Amino acid sequence: MGFDFDVILSKQDQLISGIAMTIFVWVVGTLLAALIGFIVATARRYGGVLVDKALTVPIEVIRGTPFLVQLFLLYFGGPYIGLSLDALPAGLLALSVYGAAYFAEIFRAGYQSVPPGHVEAAECLGFTRIQIIRNILLPEMALLVIPPSVNMAIILLKETALLSLITVPEMTMTASAIGSQEYAFVEAMVLIALVYWVLVELAGLLGRFAEKKLSRYRLAKA
Amino acid sequence: MSWKLFNLLLEASLMTIFVSTISILIGLVLAILLSAANLSGIRPLQWFSKFFISFFRGTPLLVQLLLLYNLLPVIGVQIPSLVTAIIGLSICTAAYQAENLRGGFEGVPTGLVESADMAGFTPVQTFFHIRVPIALRLTLPALINEAILILKASSLVSVVGLIELTRMAQNLVASTFMPLEIYASAGLIYLVINLVVATAGRQLERRLPGVGSK
Repeated sequence: MGFDFDVILSKQDQLISGIAMTIFVWVVGTLLAALIGFIVATARRYGGVLVDKALTVPIEVIRGTPFLVQLFLLYFGGPYIGLSLDALPAGLLALSVYGAAYFAEIFRAGYQSVPPGHVEAAECLGFTRIQIIRNILLPEMALLVIPPSVNMAIILLKETALLSLITVPEMTMTASAIGSQEYAFVEAMVLIALVYWVLVELAGLLGRFAEKKLSRYRLAKA
Repeated sequence: MSWKLFNLLLEASLMTIFVSTISILIGLVLAILLSAANLSGIRPLQWFSKFFISFFRGTPLLVQLLLLYNLLPVIGVQIPSLVTAIIGLSICTAAYQAENLRGGFEGVPTGLVESADMAGFTPVQTFFHIRVPIALRLTLPALINEAILILKASSLVSVVGLIELTRMAQNLVASTFMPLEIYASAGLIYLVINLVVATAGRQLERRLPGVGSK
């Protein structure tokens, strides 16, 4: 037996488009997840007890079930309730909603970390709610929120591999297809494992860089 | 959806619980060995441990499973999909658990390790009798969290052909065309299992003695 990486590399056009698709789904999915998560966390903070309680249920359900089952439920079950989505939008939607549940918790912890005195001070100075969020809450919680957010982004990158199971042509699916056609499945998987690894390490590096840049916002210990 | 279908899902969930439990335990043993390698002070062992942890945390479990599932026959190993699934999950969770344990080992009070040295413990004895129990106690919440993650991640072993909860759901959907009801039921079962594990974990944390002040 021998391993032959050349046959895989000869399909580099397909591979590159698969990698591009993975990065696209990852970046868009993570941004959407963070945005929805932020909105959910904000609604829970300002929407009253009822909204807070009502939003707890979907968050716990999403966090307590496998992403794969959520993905299948949306993609295969969706058409039965009039939600017929193509693979890519279904994958993006599932990824964003899944990530949003985790980001909502990250932002909730962030909101809680800001000393109430700062918010009260801003209120006394006549800041509007939006101004308080933008000028007080977000900058103060940024440093605390970055490490878990980067972590979540990395988790979402790895979850994008599951989109191959609903035929989104991202890199796991592309590599599986090439691997089966060329009888070089192991080589194909090793290759994309390395690509994922590099992307994960890069994301981690970027996160540490952002943390360093933002460290000037660190709150002085009271 | 009939009770018959739901019962089939429940039965399959036993396989999910079995595979997850075994994998978490094997993963814990591997993670302790990885930590030992990391604390050994022997460079090549430390490199191996770092590489192992970084690689298996840095690649998707699905890719690892596909790789393993296709690699084994190529190198002439013929094993049932149950064993493949357990190997794949164990290796992956070992990397995550080793990373969790790292924090635990850092939290072991130096005084205790020094006392053990003074009392004539060999480094291996100190490791297994002092460091490991304390590190495990300190990282118990992370271990429970990891158990829940693995329960959810075990849905991926459906792709290597093991009939667990997710695979059973897929099979039932293929024959009944009721994806909504069946996947929702599967999700519900996962949710209940995870709630039980989380609650049991919290109870365990409360019952076990803590590791005094540092």
